[in-house]
This record gives sequence, C-alpha cells and structure tokens, in this order.
Amino acid sequence: MSEPNHGTPSTPSRTAAHTVSRTVRTLRRSRTACVGLGLVALHLAVAVLAPLLTSASPTANVPDEALLGPSGDHWLGTDALGRDVLTRVVYGGQYALTVSFAATTCAIALGTVLGCATALKGGRLDGLLMRVLDAVLAIPPILALLVVVTVLGAGPAVIVLAVTLVYTPQVVRVVRAAALGVAPLDYVTAARARGERTLSILLREVLPNIVHVVAVEFAMRASWVVLLISSLSFLGFGADPPTPDWGLMISENRTAMVVLPWATLAPIIALATLVVGLNLSADGLSRAWSVDRTEEAS
Amino acid sequence: MLLYTCRRLLSAVLTVVLSAVLVFAAVQLLPGDVATQVLGQDATPEAVAALRDQMDLNRPAAVRFLDWIAGAARGDFGLSPVSGEPVAHTLWPHLRNTVLIAVSTIVVAVTASVVLGVLAGLYRDRWPDALISTLTLIGMSVPEFVMATLLVLLLSITVPVLPAVVLDEATAPVADLLPAVVLPTIALSVVMTAYIVRMTRTSIIDVMAGEFVTTARLKGISTVRLVVRHALPSALLPTLNVIAMNVAWLVGGVAVVENVFNYPGIGQLMLESVHNRDLPVLQAIAVISALVYVLCNLAADLGAMALNPRLRTGGGSKR
Repeated sequence: MSEPNHGTPSTPSRTAAHTVSRTVRTLRRSRTACVGLGLVALHLAVAVLAPLLTSASPTANVPDEALLGPSGDHWLGTDALGRDVLTRVVYGGQYALTVSFAATTCAIALGTVLGCATALKGGRLDGLLMRVLDAVLAIPPILALLVVVTVLGAGPAVIVLAVTLVYTPQVVRVVRAAALGVAPLDYVTAARARGERTLSILLREVLPNIVHVVAVEFAMRASWVVLLISSLSFLGFGADPPTPDWGLMISENRTAMVVLPWATLAPIIALATLVVGLNLSADGLSRAWSVDRTEEAS
Repeated sequence: MLLYTCRRLLSAVLTVVLSAVLVFAAVQLLPGDVATQVLGQDATPEAVAALRDQMDLNRPAAVRFLDWIAGAARGDFGLSPVSGEPVAHTLWPHLRNTVLIAVSTIVVAVTASVVLGVLAGLYRDRWPDALISTLTLIGMSVPEFVMATLLVLLLSITVPVLPAVVLDEATAPVADLLPAVVLPTIALSVVMTAYIVRMTRTSIIDVMAGEFVTTARLKGISTVRLVVRHALPSALLPTLNVIAMNVAWLVGGVAVVENVFNYPGIGQLMLESVHNRDLPVLQAIAVISALVYVLCNLAADLGAMALNPRLRTGGGSKR
C-alpha cells in the first residue's frame, strides 16, 4: 500500500485515470465483487425504473381483488388490501435504498472526516473523541434509533440523522485505524515538513491512500443500514403504511403467510438479495484490495 | 498487568457513565420537554405542569442526572410516568426473560460457530468451506425478523411443534417460558453464528499456518488433538472480541425478534415504552444495555490477556 510513487507529484487527471483503470482491473479479477455490485446495480435499476416495469399502482386498494393467489394478472398474487404484490416489491426498494443510501453516505462522510482528523491530530482530542464514541457504541443501534424516533418523531430525515449518529463511531474507528497506518509514512511527513495545513494533508495525502478502506466500509456499512432500516419498518417506525417497503410488507403480510406465502416471501427475497449483494461487494472489494476487515467484524 | 487491569476497569466505568450521560441528554435536552413528550402535544398546560412537578423537571438537568444515576446504581430507576409504578418493577421480570434468550443464544451460537469455523478453516477452499461460507453469507443477509418469521412458518405452522406466539405474562415462571425460548434462540443464533464463523475460520487458517502447528504435526499427533489442544486456544483469541461485539448486537436483535413472537422481554418492553412515550423506562433499558456491552468487552479484553501472555507484559492497549 505504501507505493513510493506517491511522493512524486503527478497531474490530477492522470492520477484519476490511473485510479479508475486500476479499479476496473481489480474488479475484473474479483468475481465476488462483480456479482455483488451487479446485484446492487440490479436493485438500483429496478427501483429507478419501477414506473416503467409495471403499470399497476403500488398503493391503490382494490378490495374486490384482495388475497388472490398468483395468476396471469397478478404474478405473485395480491395482499389483504388487493394491492399487487409484485408491483409493491418492485417499488419497495425505493424507500429502503434512498434512506439507506443517504444515511450510509452521511455516516461514511462524517466518520471519514472525523477519523482522519483525529488520527492526524492525535493527542488529547483523539483520546476524548474515542471515549465519547465508545460510549455511543455501547448503546445498541436499534435502541438508540427508537429513542431518537420517540423524541423527534418518525420520518425519513430523522431516520437518516439517527442512523448517521449510530453508525458514525464504527466508521471513525475503521478510518482512524487506516489513517494511523498512513500517517507515519514518509510522504505525510514530507507534506508536514513543507508546512502544509492539516486539511490539505488530509485531502491530498491521507484520503487518496485510504480510499479503498472507505469504499469497503461503505459497502459493508450499507448492508447493516439496510438491515437496520428494514427492521425499523418491520417494527412500525420506518416507512408509513401505504408506502411500499419490504420491511413493512413482511410485517403486514406475515399473518397471512400460510394462505399467501408469496406476499411474504417476495419482499424477503428482495431484501435478502440486496443485502447479499452488498455483502458480496464488501467481501470482493476487501479481498481485491487486501483491506483488513478484522476491525469491523461487528 | 495489574496496572493495565485497573486502567481497563476505569475506562469501562467511564464509558458506562458517559453513555448514561448521552442517553440522559438525548432524552432530556432534545427539543420539547419530557412532560410534553409523555403526555402528547394536546395535553393541557395544567397536566403538563403537574407531571413536570411529579417528575422533578423543574430542577436543573445536571442535578437530576446525578440523582438518577445514583438511584440507577442502586437499581432504582425512578417512577414510570405512564404506569405510576417504579420502573424497576416492570424492568426486572422482562430483563430476566431476555437473559434467558440471550444466554441460550450465546451458548448455541458460540458452540456452533466454533465448530463450523474450525471445519471451514480446516477444509479451506474445499466443499465444506464453500458450503459454510454460503450459509454464512445467507445468515448475514437475512434480517433476524425474517429468520424468525420463516421459523414460525416452518416449526409452528407447517410442523406445529413450537409456539408461534407467547401468551405468558412477563412474570411467568421460567419453566413456562422455556418452550417459547427455542424459536427466538434459533433465529438469533443463526444470525450471530454467521458473524462469528468468519472470524473463527480466518483465525484457524492463520494459526494452522504457524510453525508450532507444523511441529505438532511432525510429532505425529492426531488432527483432532492438534486442533483442540494446540490450535483452538490461539485461534479463539481474536474471536473473543467478535463475540463481545456480537453481544451488543444481540441486545438489539433480541428486541426485534421478541416482537415477532410477542415474547415478554426487554425488547417488547422497549417497543411498548416507545409507543407509550415512557421515557424513564427507555433510559433504564439503554443504560443496562450499555452496561452489558461494556462488561462483555471488558471480559473479552481481560480474557484475551489471560489467554495471551504477550499482552500481559506491555500496556497491551495498542488500539
């Protein structure tokens, strides 16, 4: 990882092109990462193209067609309110993906900045921050989420905020460990000797060299966030009832599981494949870039 | 070593206190006051004033925090504004029931993951490893409430051997609750095992590549003896921390799974309190969870130190 050529300045465009081509090469080598990223891309495409894939409405109630089994009109049958299950599954990713993506991005961004900064600054600030983060880590995520939702009320913005709050400490730990590995290297020392400011050292020297750690962390964290948010929806604190959402659908339809197994199984499969995709991406990427993941085993 | 133990203990206490402060602050200092939160937006001003009085909200937050933490240390978490009863009265039976699930899950999950992890590590890149890795991936990717739902479909409805929902009160005797513990335990164990197996597999592979293992092999001892006596103690070291981390996850996972089975534990109490806006109960649960988490990590660290002589000499706090 400590390639000496980083000491010699190169034009940004060349570095970027180099990084892209190297990433593409890495991805081609790792079948796991390809399958994983493919699954995630498929879910993204389905969520974005949902209105084109199905003409039915995911929220319109049709009492006459309630609780139908699979048929030509309704491939996966209908639920208790007569809504087409397949349509709801197709639309169901929108909420989960949007909220999860927003929350993961926030947590990763905040965690990366804090982690790098605290690793570079060190000293008392570092000690204090790690103490506080340890304290946040000690509270189970779902409980912290429920407390925030109780106090601030449910809603996508609140959930994004709460998830960011809950998962930033883990990201900070991982990024800090990676940054600490980079900080004592010669090119950082050289930048310090040149008198560069912490921010520019962070952006130009440290970040480019731990970006693979951050990418793996993003994929892994996203899988946790998707699980957490679907759990929240399942418990009734996430998506609001008419919204098509997998966690909510599983909770709504599981009472009728014996009669209509597909109404429950379809959202389960959708949710599981998305998380499998994210996990495979994280696995493949971490192996391809040989990122040590023992720090983030939980 | 004594110094390290003391430092570790001190930092554990500090972490618990700090998380108590965070929880207290989150509940008390966020927009809107607790009395309004408890009573809802359309409560009369008199009712809010009366509740504020009853909950001592007119005193400074710092004083209330000290009072509360002092009470909490003695097991007194104050009165619930919803039921009017001491929080501890409702808390302990629920906590006992959750401990039942948690302990059985830990026992099952740790045993299963060590066995599976060793198998996967020994048969690295052959079919048992591939099978275990695939199952692990599925276990990690299926949320625990889905696992619980599928188990109900399988073992309560298709083959009705176990209860799908629990109808007992929180204070029911342990013997009555035992059948109800089985399904939540399986659901949680599957997920927890998935996480620990990976770590066990990796460390077994690392250890088996070590020179002392080769020496032991050259001495001609059997594989079983080699793994159990020589490899496992070293391989379990890094696993300890993962297990401790998983206990924190377990507290949250239990909450969701209990809800599926209507099991009267901490998780159910937690959701009930969220619905009733019973903040003192939530606070108490949060602090207890934090305490459990910190204790587990402490145990893991001290355990690692006991197992690894090298950690005993230096500061050992290379994190």
